[in-house]
Amino acid sequence: MAIALKSTGPRQLKNTLAKWLITLGGISVLFTLVLIFLYLLYVIQPIFESAKIEPAGQFEISTVAPTLATGVDELKEIAFQINQEGQINFYQLVKSPAHEKGTLVLSENLLSGDATLVDVITSGVENKLLLDSEGNVQLIAAKFFSNFDSGSREIIPSIAYPLGEGFIDVDEHGGVFSKLSFGMDEEKAVFVAFTQDKRLIKTSLIAEDDFTYDSAHEANYQEIDFPVDHVNEILVTLDMALAFVRSDDQIFVYDLTDEDTVELKATIIPSLEQSSTKPHHVTSMALLSGSSSILIGSSAGKVTQWFEVATDNGRQFKNIRSFDVSETEAVAQIYTEQFRKSFYTLTPSGEMGVFYTTSEADLWRGQLITGKTSAFAISPRADGLVIVEGNLLKVFNVENEHPEVTWSALWEEVWYEGYPEAKFIWQSTSGSDDFEGKFSLVPISFGTMKAAMYAMMFAVPIALSAAIYTAYFMTPGMRRKVKPTIELMEALPTVILGFLAGLWLAPIIENYLPAIAMLLVLLPLSVLLTAFAWHQLPNKMKSRIPETWAPIILVPVLLIAGGSAFFLSPFFETLFFGGDVRQFITNDLDIDFDQRNSLVVGLAMGFAVIPTIFSMAEDAIFSVPKHLTSGSLALGATQWQTLVKVVLLTASPGIFSAVMMGLGRAVGETMIVLMATGNTPILDWSIFQGMRTLAANIAVEMPESEVGSSHYRILFLAAFVLFVFTFIFNTFAELIRQRLREKYSSL
Amino acid sequence: MNSWFKSGSPWVWLSAGGVSISLISVLGLLWLIASRGLSYFWPADIYQFETVNEKGQAVTVIGEIYDRETLPTKQLSHLNLGLDPNKETIERILVKTGNRELVNLDFRWLLLPLINKTSKPEELVVVERRTNGNFYGYVDGIILDGQLEGLEKMAELVERVDVFQDEMAELQKVDIGAINYQIERLRLKKRKHILDETLTVEREKEIDHQVASYNADYQILETQLMAIRDKVSRDQLVVRAMGGEIIEINFEDILKITYNNKLSVFGRASVFIQQIGSFLVDDPREANTEGGVFPAIFGTVLMVLLMTVIVSPLGVVAAIYLHEYAGKNVLTKLLRIAVINLAGVPSIVYGVFGLGFFVYMVGGSLDQLFYAETLPSPTFGTPGVMWSALTLAILTLPVVIVSTEEGLSRIPSEMRHGSLALGATKAETLWRIILPIASPAIMTGIILAIARAAGEVAPLMLVGVVKMAPNLPLDGNFPFLHLDRKFMHLGFHIYDVGFQSPNVEAARPLVFATAFLLVTIIVSLNMTAVTIRNRLREKYRMLEH
Repeated sequence: MAIALKSTGPRQLKNTLAKWLITLGGISVLFTLVLIFLYLLYVIQPIFESAKIEPAGQFEISTVAPTLATGVDELKEIAFQINQEGQINFYQLVKSPAHEKGTLVLSENLLSGDATLVDVITSGVENKLLLDSEGNVQLIAAKFFSNFDSGSREIIPSIAYPLGEGFIDVDEHGGVFSKLSFGMDEEKAVFVAFTQDKRLIKTSLIAEDDFTYDSAHEANYQEIDFPVDHVNEILVTLDMALAFVRSDDQIFVYDLTDEDTVELKATIIPSLEQSSTKPHHVTSMALLSGSSSILIGSSAGKVTQWFEVATDNGRQFKNIRSFDVSETEAVAQIYTEQFRKSFYTLTPSGEMGVFYTTSEADLWRGQLITGKTSAFAISPRADGLVIVEGNLLKVFNVENEHPEVTWSALWEEVWYEGYPEAKFIWQSTSGSDDFEGKFSLVPISFGTMKAAMYAMMFAVPIALSAAIYTAYFMTPGMRRKVKPTIELMEALPTVILGFLAGLWLAPIIENYLPAIAMLLVLLPLSVLLTAFAWHQLPNKMKSRIPETWAPIILVPVLLIAGGSAFFLSPFFETLFFGGDVRQFITNDLDIDFDQRNSLVVGLAMGFAVIPTIFSMAEDAIFSVPKHLTSGSLALGATQWQTLVKVVLLTASPGIFSAVMMGLGRAVGETMIVLMATGNTPILDWSIFQGMRTLAANIAVEMPESEVGSSHYRILFLAAFVLFVFTFIFNTFAELIRQRLREKYSSL
Repeated sequence: MNSWFKSGSPWVWLSAGGVSISLISVLGLLWLIASRGLSYFWPADIYQFETVNEKGQAVTVIGEIYDRETLPTKQLSHLNLGLDPNKETIERILVKTGNRELVNLDFRWLLLPLINKTSKPEELVVVERRTNGNFYGYVDGIILDGQLEGLEKMAELVERVDVFQDEMAELQKVDIGAINYQIERLRLKKRKHILDETLTVEREKEIDHQVASYNADYQILETQLMAIRDKVSRDQLVVRAMGGEIIEINFEDILKITYNNKLSVFGRASVFIQQIGSFLVDDPREANTEGGVFPAIFGTVLMVLLMTVIVSPLGVVAAIYLHEYAGKNVLTKLLRIAVINLAGVPSIVYGVFGLGFFVYMVGGSLDQLFYAETLPSPTFGTPGVMWSALTLAILTLPVVIVSTEEGLSRIPSEMRHGSLALGATKAETLWRIILPIASPAIMTGIILAIARAAGEVAPLMLVGVVKMAPNLPLDGNFPFLHLDRKFMHLGFHIYDVGFQSPNVEAARPLVFATAFLLVTIIVSLNMTAVTIRNRLREKYRMLEH
C-alpha cells in the first residue's frame, strides 16, 4: 500500500523542486532585512574610519643643493621642488605616454647671477614667494595643464609669474627682509615683512585690472608700529584681513583691511604649561583653512586653536581647543590643508600627526621620515603628501575622506568658528563655498522625539479610551461597524494628513487658538454633563436609549461643544488677549510663534497614530478570556472595577506593546512632519515652535547631497538610527505580544 | 452624585467619548476632503461687489467667493476703516478675482460691512484660459479675422481652436517626439560603435543618412505645425474686467467660456461632470496649479502595477513557506520577526536604501555594463519608475505575507490531509487545493499592498518621482515601456502643488481635488479588500461545519 501511494519520477521531482523554491522565497524575506541593515552599515562605515597614509614611491633628486619647497599637481602626477640655487625641477610621479616614472620633466633656473634662495613662502595652493640672498623678492606659481593631444591625458607643468617676471618692490626703502609673508587674490596682494633694520612694514599691491590677465598694479606702503625688536614668524591670512606676527611667546594680530592705518587688533599670549625642569615656548604657528583660526604649537607638544569670539568686552581671540601632539617633543611644524580644517604636525624627530580641528579628531600618528624634513607639501585635493628629506622626494597617498565626522562631533556640543560658544548645530549646506558643514544629530533627534511626544500626548488617551470602550462595553453589532471605520484611518495616505495639517489645520489653529484651549475643557465636560443627564433620566427613558448608545449620543454633543468653542473664540480673544492671541503670545509672553508648530504636528500625527494603537490595544483587551471577567462580576465587582482591576491588568502588556508600535510609527513618520512644520532644526520644547525630524531631514536633504560625501553618509546614518530604533521597538513589542498570546491560551 | 461617580459610569462615558472623537475625526476628515474636493468642479456663482478700498474710493470687485471667516474687530483697528467699534467681531470674505495679467494677487479679502451692494449679473462670464488663470468679467464682442462681430459664433470658435490645439499637441508630442527619440537613438548607436571601435565608414554613412532623413521629416512636420499655429491665433475675444479695462483674449488661449450665473442646476451638473472628466484626462497647466492630473494618475497606476508584479509572487511564496513548510525552529522565529520589522521600518528608510542600493549601486553597475554610450548621463543610475516599483515592493511585502498567511491558516487541515491521503504530492496539494482556496486572501493582500503603495510618498521622493515629467513612461516608441524614466505620482503631486508651488492659495482647490481622488482610490481599494476578506471568512466558517 505504501508503495502504491509513493509518487514517482517527475512528480516527485516537481515536489522537491517546489519545496526548495518556496524555502528560498521564504528565506529571501529575512535576507532582504539583513541586506538593508548591512547596506546601510556599508555606506556609513567610512565616516568612522581614521586616516590612512601609505607610501606611493620615492625618487632621488638629481641636484645636490638643499630643497626649500615642494609641491604637487591636483592629480598627483607631477611633483616639483625648489632648491637653494633657485632651480625648480618637475618630476613625473606616474608613468605617462611621454615620460617614464621619475623623469625630470622640466627644470628652470629662477634666479640670475650668484644669488641663492633664502626662503620660499607659500600662500594658497600655487603661489610661492621667493626671497633671495640679495634681498630681492619674486612671485612664482607652478601651473599644470592637461593635454589630450596624444589621445590620453598628459599633465604639462609650467611656471607663471602672477605679479610679473621682475622683482617686487616690497619695501620702498629697499631694505633686506628677515621675515616675510603675503596673501593675494585676483585684485590685490598684501605683503607684511620685518626688515633687518627692525621695521615692520605692510605693502599692498592693488591691481589696475585683474592679476589673472595683467600684472600692472599700484603700490601702497605702510609702516606698522611694532613694540618688540625681533620677529620669529609672520602669517598673513588668505583673505588679507589679518596678519599674525610672532615674537617669541607673544603673537600680535594686525588688522590689514584699512589702507591708511594698520591697527593692532589683539595680542595673543598663550598660557603655556610650565614644567619644573624647563620653561615651555611657542615653537610654531599656522593658519587654518578659512582664514579665521590660528594654530599655535608649543615645545610642550601641544597645539592650540584660537579664533575670534564675540564676548561682553567685544571680539576677542580665545583658546578654543587643544591637541596633544607629543608627550616629549616640541611641535616643530604645523601644516594645514587648503580647503578643510585638517592639519599635520611634525616633531623634530620626524614624528607626524594628523588632526581635524572641529571634530577634535586624532586621525593618524606615525613616522614617515627619520630626520629633519626640508620641504613638505599637501596635495591640492588633500589626498597626498610630498615630503623632501635630504635628496629623496617621497610621495604618500592619504586616505582621509571624512575627518570632520566623529562620534563626538555628531552627538556632543561643538564650538564652530564664529560662534560664541559650543553648540549643537545641524546646518549641512549654505550658499558660500568655504562653508563648513555642521552635522550635529542632536537637534534633529530631539525634533524626532518632540514630534513623537506631542503626537503621543494626543493619540494615546483617545486611542486607548476608544479601544477600551470598543472592546469591553460596545455591543457586538456596533463593534463590527465601528472598528473597521476607525481602522480606515490607517489607510489614509499621510501625505493627505500632512497637507491638511499644513494648509487647513495650521491657519485654523492660528486664528482660533483660544478655541483649541477651550476644547480641552469643553469636550470632557460636555461628555460628563451628558452622562449625568442620562443618569438622571427616568428608567423608562433609560431603557429606550440604552447606555450602549453612548458613542452615538455623544457625537452631536461633541460637535456642538466643538462648534461653540470656535464660535466663542473671537470673543475670548477680545476679552483676555487684547484681540489677537498671536500678538499676545509673541509680545506679552515673549514666546516665538510659528504657524506650523508642534501643536499642529501633534494633532496631525496623533491622528495617524490613533488607528495603530487603537487596533492593537483593542485586540489585546478583547481577547482577555471571558471567564476572568465573569468571575470578577460574579464576585460583585462593578463593570468599571472589573475593567480596571482585571481586564486592563491582564491586557497591560498588549496595551504597552500597542503604544510602542504607535511610538515607532510616530518616530518614522515623514510626510506629516515635512508638511506641517517649518523644518527648522531647533532645540526647544515649545509647543508653538516647529522642529526638524530625522525622517523629514532625510527627505529634504537627500536629493541634494553629493553621493559619497560626508553629508550623504550622515543622512544614511540618520536612516540607520531610525532603522535600529524602530527595529528595537517592533521586536520588543512583538515579543511581548507573543508572550501574552501564550499566557491567554494557558488561562 | 457620589455613588454615580463610584459606579464608574462617568469613566465609561468618557471612554465612549474617545470612540466618538475617533469617529468624528475619520468621517469629518473624509467629508472635508470630499466636499472641498468636489466643490472645485462645481461651477460657482460669480458675484459683483460694490465696495470701498483702503483709500475710501468706490471699487467694483468681480469674482467667486472662496472662503469666509470671522475675526475680532480689534485685529483690524489699525487700518482706520471706519468700522463700528461696538461690534466685537467682523466677517470677511475671500474673493477669487482671477485676471492675473491685471492685478498682482488674484485673491482679495473683502470686509462684509464695507460692501454696499452685491449682485449676480447673468452676463458675467468666466473664461478658462491656458495661461494667466481664469478671467472674470463681461464679454463685449468677438474679433473674427480682424472684424468686430457679435457673440453668436463664440462657442463655435472655441470649438475650432480646440480642434487645432489637439492637432498641434498630437504633432508635437507624438510625431515630433518620435523623431527626436529616433535621432537620439542613432546618436547613441554611433557612440556605441565608437566606444566599441566598430564604427566602419559604411556604418557611419548609414547612420548619418538616417539622421538626415529624420531631419527632413522633422522639417515637414515643423512647417505643418507653423501653419496650424497661424490658424489658431486668428480670432480674439473682447472682454471687460471689473475695473472697466477692455482686453482682447486670443481664442488660442481659451479653453472654455461659461456664464455660470445663467446656468440651471442641470446645466451646472453637466459642467460639473465635464470638469471632473477633464481633470482626469488633461495634462497639468501653469506649473501644475491648473488643468488635470492625467500624468500623475498614469504614473501612479503604472508604478503600482509594476510593483504588484514583483511583490505578489514573492509575498505569496514567503507566506506559503512560513505556513506550510517552515518547522518550529529559530529560523522561523527570525523570519516572523523580520516580517514584523519590514512592516514597521519607516518608509523613508526604504527610500534611502532604494536610492543607495538600487539606484546608485545596481543602476550604476547596469549603466557601466550596458549603457556605456550614454555616460556620463545615467540611464538606470538615476531615480526612475523601476527603482520606485522595486522599493515599494519591499515596503509592501509584509502586507501580502500577513494577509496570505491569514488566509492559509483559515483553510481546514482536513482538506490538506484529504488531498495527501488520495496520493497527491505536497506541491500538487498546494497548487490544486490550497492556492485556489486561498486566492481571495491573496487578492486581499495584493489589494491592500496596492492601496499602501498608492499613498506612499516619502520613499518615492528619493527614488523616482518628479513634479513634472516631460514624457510618460509608456509611449509609442520602441521598447514602449521605459523603465528608466521618472514619473509623476498623485501623492507627490499633492505635496508639490500644495507646498512648492508659487501660488499656494490658487492651487489649494486643485490639491483638495487631487486629495479627494487619491482618498477615493485608496478607501475603495481598502473597502474591497475588507469585503473580500469578510466573504472569505464566512465561506470558511461554512467549510468547517
